[in-house]
Amino acid sequence: MKIMTCPMNGPRNIDEFQSFGPVRDELDPEQTADADWSRHLFRAENRKGVVVEWWRHVPSNYFFLAERDLVSNEIIRTFDASQRSGQS
Amino acid sequence: MPLGLLKYGLSRDYPVSEDIPATPALKPSYDVVIIGGGGHGLSCAHHLAKYHGITSVAVLEKGYLAGGNTARNTTTIRSNYITPQGIAFYKEGVALFETLSQELDFNVMFSQRGQLTLAHSEATLRSFHARAEMGKHLGTRTEVVDQKAVQELVPSLNMDYGGALEILGGLWHADGGTARHDAVAWGYAAQASRRGVEIHQRTEVQGFEIAGDRVQAVKTNRGRIACGQVLIATGGMNYDVALMAGVELPIRCYPLQAMVTQPLKPWLNTLVSSVSLHTYLVQSSRGEVVIGGGSDPYQLYSTRSTLDMKEHLAEGAVHLFPFLQGVRLLRQWAGITDMTPDNSPIMGASPLDNLWLDCGWGTWGFKATPVAGKRMAETIASGRVPDILKPFALERFETFQLLNEMGATAASH
Repeated sequence: MKIMTCPMNGPRNIDEFQSFGPVRDELDPEQTADADWSRHLFRAENRKGVVVEWWRHVPSNYFFLAERDLVSNEIIRTFDASQRSGQS
Repeated sequence: MPLGLLKYGLSRDYPVSEDIPATPALKPSYDVVIIGGGGHGLSCAHHLAKYHGITSVAVLEKGYLAGGNTARNTTTIRSNYITPQGIAFYKEGVALFETLSQELDFNVMFSQRGQLTLAHSEATLRSFHARAEMGKHLGTRTEVVDQKAVQELVPSLNMDYGGALEILGGLWHADGGTARHDAVAWGYAAQASRRGVEIHQRTEVQGFEIAGDRVQAVKTNRGRIACGQVLIATGGMNYDVALMAGVELPIRCYPLQAMVTQPLKPWLNTLVSSVSLHTYLVQSSRGEVVIGGGSDPYQLYSTRSTLDMKEHLAEGAVHLFPFLQGVRLLRQWAGITDMTPDNSPIMGASPLDNLWLDCGWGTWGFKATPVAGKRMAETIASGRVPDILKPFALERFETFQLLNEMGATAASH
């Protein structure tokens, strides 16, 4: 089975994890037009390449970020959300 | 050796019929360029040529004919969806399959044996009632059946009475069936070729020349093609291809995995699927049991198979039919599905005037091969989207008029 390294729990089987999809920037509800809301809700990063995604280690309910290649499925790195800087 | 046989074997005039000609040279321009030589693209080409008199058509295929999701789906044909718009559309699709062998003069081996979807919970049964009522209202054969009827339909089924996965009832869809997926594509390709459509295999689209709101030309690895109209029908590559034209589709790609067993004698007369087990089975006309369909739980462009998914599908199959436990697997594969947020396709106009979309077919595209091709051909020929396609417009995501078919798709999501 594929192994994912959880920043808190170390290497675990991939079926202990749940993907929450590519990271999206938060929108300000007061400032956002309908078209931008629609884009925010329905368009997710899907380019062939590396994405930054939210993942959860289900047994410990710990959310973190992972960089993963959507073509090779290589998990490049995983890190705590507090270390997110300059990512989008 | 009989002399007559020898004469035929050595004769240069031996009557060899060529259904699909070898890839010709690219012309500098075509009235319609169809990107994607799968079932949908070929169906559209056939309908353009036969019903709209448009024969200056090039179908561009990156790989070989019908080698993508047309070859990888599990051939389910049905119309038991839940939205009225979806049911009306898929119902027309089933009707076209009923006469498809005659239409194509090619045996597509359509077998309308019915589909039984199983409920293991009261909640699932309630959703079946909603689907059955909507289906009946729109004139399809869809009904909720009880335990006794389930057992009569499929006597070999493990009902698991009193167990954790007791079968409480089912959704019986007498219109459901299967057809030979390759034959559907080959039949359309042969008919389209006969009327002058050119099929260009190993021709990869690498970009678009866009001026204002129009696509002027399609750039390929074999040269530039000026075009009147363009259709994108590239299955798992729809997001990628549309992006080259600056159109960002609401699509995320996931692999969908399936597998077949060794051939067994005919024992399974219907299509059987289970909502809770995320598993469905159909016995092919060769006797192999086709088992699907597990979507990987995260986005990916790789068509590798995984042991996890094999275990999951095998577990579901053996639970429903315990005697399958000793059966060997012959093949496993995956296809890249272009999933939309509401599990309905995206058909019709794009933000560009002459670029048309037949996209977002996710895990449900094969059954729509005839109807999507027919209706997209009508759209391209007239420049107007017919009423039956209007609900599937890309704009629905801007106007929040989604068509949620989440519960009515067969694979796991």
